[in-house]
Amino acid sequence: MRRVFNSQTIREILRPLGQIVVFVTASGVVLSLLILLLALLLRGSAADQATIERNGMDIFTYTLVNLPQVLIDGVTIGFVYAAIALGYTMVYGVLEFINFAHSEIFAIGAFVGVEALIFLESAGMLSGASNLSAYLWLILAILLGMIAAGSVAILVEMSAYRPLRHAPRLVPLISAIGVSFFLQDAIRLIESLTTGQFHRIIPTFGNFDERFSLASIPYLGTNINLDIQVKSVWVIFAAILMLVGLNYLVNATKLGKAIRSVAQDQATASLMGINVNRIISLTFLIGGALGGAAGVLYALKFTRIDPFVGFFPGIKAFTAAVLGGIGNITGALLGGIVLGMLETFAGSYLNVFTVGAFGAEYKDILAFGILILVLIFRPSGLLGEQVGQKA
Amino acid sequence: MSLLELQNVHSFYGHIHALKGISLRVEEGEVVTLIGGNGAGKSTTLRTISGLVHAREGKILLNGQDITNLPPHEIVSIGVGHVPEGRGIFPRLTVRENLEMGAYTLSNPAEVERRMEAVFELFPRLKERISQKGGTLSGGEQQMLATGRGLMLRPKILLMDEPSMGLAPVLVELIFGVIRNLNQQDGTTILLVEQNALMALKYANRAYVLETGKIVLSGSSQEIAQNPEVKKAYLGG
Ligand SMILES: Nc1ncnc2c1ncn2[C@@H]1O[C@H](COP(=O)(O)OP(=O)(O)OP(=O)(O)O)[C@@H](O)[C@H]1O
Ligand SMILES: [Mg+2]
Repeated sequence: MRRVFNSQTIREILRPLGQIVVFVTASGVVLSLLILLLALLLRGSAADQATIERNGMDIFTYTLVNLPQVLIDGVTIGFVYAAIALGYTMVYGVLEFINFAHSEIFAIGAFVGVEALIFLESAGMLSGASNLSAYLWLILAILLGMIAAGSVAILVEMSAYRPLRHAPRLVPLISAIGVSFFLQDAIRLIESLTTGQFHRIIPTFGNFDERFSLASIPYLGTNINLDIQVKSVWVIFAAILMLVGLNYLVNATKLGKAIRSVAQDQATASLMGINVNRIISLTFLIGGALGGAAGVLYALKFTRIDPFVGFFPGIKAFTAAVLGGIGNITGALLGGIVLGMLETFAGSYLNVFTVGAFGAEYKDILAFGILILVLIFRPSGLLGEQVGQKA
Repeated sequence: MSLLELQNVHSFYGHIHALKGISLRVEEGEVVTLIGGNGAGKSTTLRTISGLVHAREGKILLNGQDITNLPPHEIVSIGVGHVPEGRGIFPRLTVRENLEMGAYTLSNPAEVERRMEAVFELFPRLKERISQKGGTLSGGEQQMLATGRGLMLRPKILLMDEPSMGLAPVLVELIFGVIRNLNQQDGTTILLVEQNALMALKYANRAYVLETGKIVLSGSSQEIAQNPEVKKAYLGG
């Protein structure tokens, strides 16, 4: 008995870790090869000339030298998207409903975490804090963000979605959009009443902004630098923890089995003695808390937040969830990583490759263009057929 | 006091008046069957007892305790098992996980394992399929799983909705054998809904005949089986 349990525990932890390694490596290798091929093809073109003039190296060398950093940044943002996408995908898996308010749940997490850190700073706790205590304060901020976001998610479900559970499908969707605006304005109202500012900036503390060098590879007279910010390490680490933890919860615990039962057949689940409403609340709690944690991590990485901070990450994460196959936890992971990578590649190289005709701001068009293609050719998403993992 | 008693129960689906004043009793230790044609309201009766369908009027008592319109999970936890029509297997849970869900309200994992072994003794086929997803089982295997899952909780009363539907004759015998054992050895009370009236009357102590939401006849199985109307309508002459 105990041994069975242990081997399952290990399997459920190793499997998502393996998937993460595979997805990161595969999408990294594929995109790198593509971009290098493209750079080779562009040698001798106007783009090549411009790169030589501006950077003193040809376009292929430029692409290669920057590649490691692009990959690291892509993976970091990819994990943020994946963590947010979990909330969309869990709720969709259970209710077949897209919780458009999830982007604001994310924003609430970001605000609560940042306000907590600002408070700590004003109380003098952050300046001069050792790295260890800085980490502990960050964890505290993440936990507060999770509690706030999770609680709001539960309240939203009970007040705005549950009464509409038997209404036509479009109705709760519209309600979700309404909740999304409501929460956005609520954040604005609360911020203007309390701090008078909409834009909040996460305090600088600890060694989060430091970069540490992973490697420096000499190449044709220049160096390919491979370094990563401490905060990116935190973002990646925390996101992996969430992905593995959720995967374990859903696949290997009694609660997870109950969640999957409710996702598959609510009436029969209730005949098993499962309190369906409670499970739905818990699903929102878990998805919301993960979204809240992602909000704090996002604020850590990008430093500045405002009441609309949820919009873009939210819609990107939703895209990631659909790309991977909505309702599927592994799909959210895959979609997040692929989208984060694509976007970072586009943001870093589009400008150079098109001689400035398309700037980095076109990266979103590329990302959504690919989403549209996926939806046309694989409407169920990349992993849509593997329904075994459905939340 | 009866184990289960329905007093003048009315249920609706929107404007459809599906149960028009059902009154029936099931005594402890009995097998009672509910027969009737398609759309008579048999499944609705079971679903109303389980709390899946709202009773707009009337009362449902379990051991004298009013359970009318309690949420389904509470009704289950006080000892009413329900193997629903169409089996209700979770298609993307494995056989093992489906069975575990049957014992969801049980907190002792060792006891869950023991009961699962007991189910495997009744249906060895399920043990061979233990890691297979429910949705990939054959119809007969799914019925075994649904029945086995209904037994996991050891309910006081088991509501079974057409356990023989779509099964080969050997399997029908097997399932009814299990029902009989369950009743005679474990003392589980059973309320059985069947299209296969011949089989049901053979195994049940008493029967109710349902027509368009009303009980039109009741009595011992022998009496019902002898009734000329029943013979003509449900027993093929
Ligand atoms: N979900 C539903 N929505 C609307 N009407 C329903 C629903 N379920 C059942 N009904 C109607 O209620 C009546 C009783 O249905 P019920 O399923 O109880 O019949 P039944 O006796 O179990 O029939 P069968 O032997 O075909 O399973 C039927 O007229 C049916 O059309
Ligand atoms: Mg029926």
